[in-house]
Amino acid sequence: MAPSACPKLKSIDLNFYYGTYKALHGISIEIHERKVTAFIGPSGCGKSTFLRTMNRMNEALRNTRVEGQLLLDGEDIFPMEVSGLRRRVGMVFQRPNPFPKSIYDNVAYGPRVNGSVRRGDMDAKVEQSLRGAALWDEVKDKLHKSAFDLSGGQQQRLCIARALAVDPEVLLLDEPCSALDPIATSKIEELLFELKKICTIVIVTHNMQQAARVADYTGFFLLGKLIEFADTKVIFKNPTKKETEDYITGRFG
Amino acid sequence: MASQAPTLQDTRATRVSGLRSFFNMDGVAQALVWVAGWAIVAITAVLVFELWMNSAETRQKFGFDFLFSTTWDPVNGDFGALPFIFGTLATSAVALIIAVPLGIGASIFLAELAPPRISDALTFCIELLAAVPSVIFGLIGIFVLVPALQVMVPWLKAGLGFLPIFSGAFYGVSILSAGVVLAVMIVPFIISISREVLMAVPRDLREAALALGATQWESTWQVVLPFAKVGVIGSVFLALARALGETMAVTMVVGNTPKIQASLLAPGYSIAAVIANEFPEAGGIQMSALIELGLVLFTLTIIINGAARLLILATETKGAK
Repeated sequence: MAPSACPKLKSIDLNFYYGTYKALHGISIEIHERKVTAFIGPSGCGKSTFLRTMNRMNEALRNTRVEGQLLLDGEDIFPMEVSGLRRRVGMVFQRPNPFPKSIYDNVAYGPRVNGSVRRGDMDAKVEQSLRGAALWDEVKDKLHKSAFDLSGGQQQRLCIARALAVDPEVLLLDEPCSALDPIATSKIEELLFELKKICTIVIVTHNMQQAARVADYTGFFLLGKLIEFADTKVIFKNPTKKETEDYITGRFG
Repeated sequence: MASQAPTLQDTRATRVSGLRSFFNMDGVAQALVWVAGWAIVAITAVLVFELWMNSAETRQKFGFDFLFSTTWDPVNGDFGALPFIFGTLATSAVALIIAVPLGIGASIFLAELAPPRISDALTFCIELLAAVPSVIFGLIGIFVLVPALQVMVPWLKAGLGFLPIFSGAFYGVSILSAGVVLAVMIVPFIISISREVLMAVPRDLREAALALGATQWESTWQVVLPFAKVGVIGSVFLALARALGETMAVTMVVGNTPKIQASLLAPGYSIAAVIANEFPEAGGIQMSALIELGLVLFTLTIIINGAARLLILATETKGAK
């Protein structure tokens, strides 16, 4: 299972319910710092639900319940103040969702709402975040244009820049490329290699090749259970569970 | 080929024959909606034409002075619209000042905070409120609101009596009372439309704000509300249009006095109210004056609708979409 001395995130026997439906069954996992961890599995297997538990985004949905522990640097996230947690654990969504504001204001939103950057330093922070998302060169001359003028791939990188602007320790990506074309997808994948130098990355993907390309570790989910979690090479070349092998060889799902 | 069984095309052709080939249904449908569409334009045009033609007498006699004169003297045949324009705008303004914060606040509660079941139940009640006849609101105004205001106004005067708008004696019927009744009448429109608009804001956007560490309130105020702004403004203007033209409820509590006074506690009159009250006994030049008042009200509504369009256009270009 590749344990490490101090995992960035660690879940212990985590259950999750939508109403009475149990969506996650006793998930225990350790996410390593400054690595890319991918979750794969068929639709409805719980991988997105688990990802959204890590920044407590599921609490925005009504009638949900969680049991168990999820530790960030050894501290349980559930008693934490939620906006503080989400500042440390950022998120990028499936469809690009920029605010109906300018490019600049999109990136500056997080620092402004958290008061984490002084007014005079905002320009520098916006530039740094856009560079971090490999978008600066494409937008530096139109920072005050609408974010909706950008292409889908650029919008998604803008959403990454927006998340980076609050200096997250962990970045959660929920199928970030599923609405993008192959070129935009490869740009985001390249970006992940840079981003893992500064933060821990967890990515949910439908695309097994994508997991194989970008992830250091891969977890396979099926029917709300974490079937297998290991080094990506092991999962794709030499899985120990039959379900994992069936899935990655395309025998179902 | 000729001796073969009928092809698909042939059978379809025989099935279509009869009623459907006799009437060209597509053509009939098009004609119907065409007539419906142009009927709206025709009705509006006839309305304006009638108002214009039948107000010729006062238009010729008073010209633009009609709009600025404060005299309303049917006995001597001297007419001016200003007190009614003032009363209409003042009652509507009071109504908006009360109804806009209340309506938007309630719609935010229903769309963002209330559990779905409670939200649906409350919305149902609010939509019922919108269907109550205005004469009922007038009665509620007379029997509930005016007595309540008579208790509250002394407090208001104690605190804010130095302001001209709260000066003078209060006899119950007044611009303020009419404004409050109108506020109660229009608030359901603002709530039910704004709630729909707020609920249509994509969940993605709320979550994007929350994921950046915004609180629920910050996400609502900084992201959801700006996104829904155009629709919310639309609901306010729809409500305003209702308030401007409201007749029954206003005439029951406004005092029906054609004077312009600074105090909201003083009685006033509105365009719709004076038309309703004086039309049955009017003749000659008074009839013409009332019809011209109708024309003025129509124009006011058009100006306000135009302003709403401009406001929406302005915010759309300024906002990033």
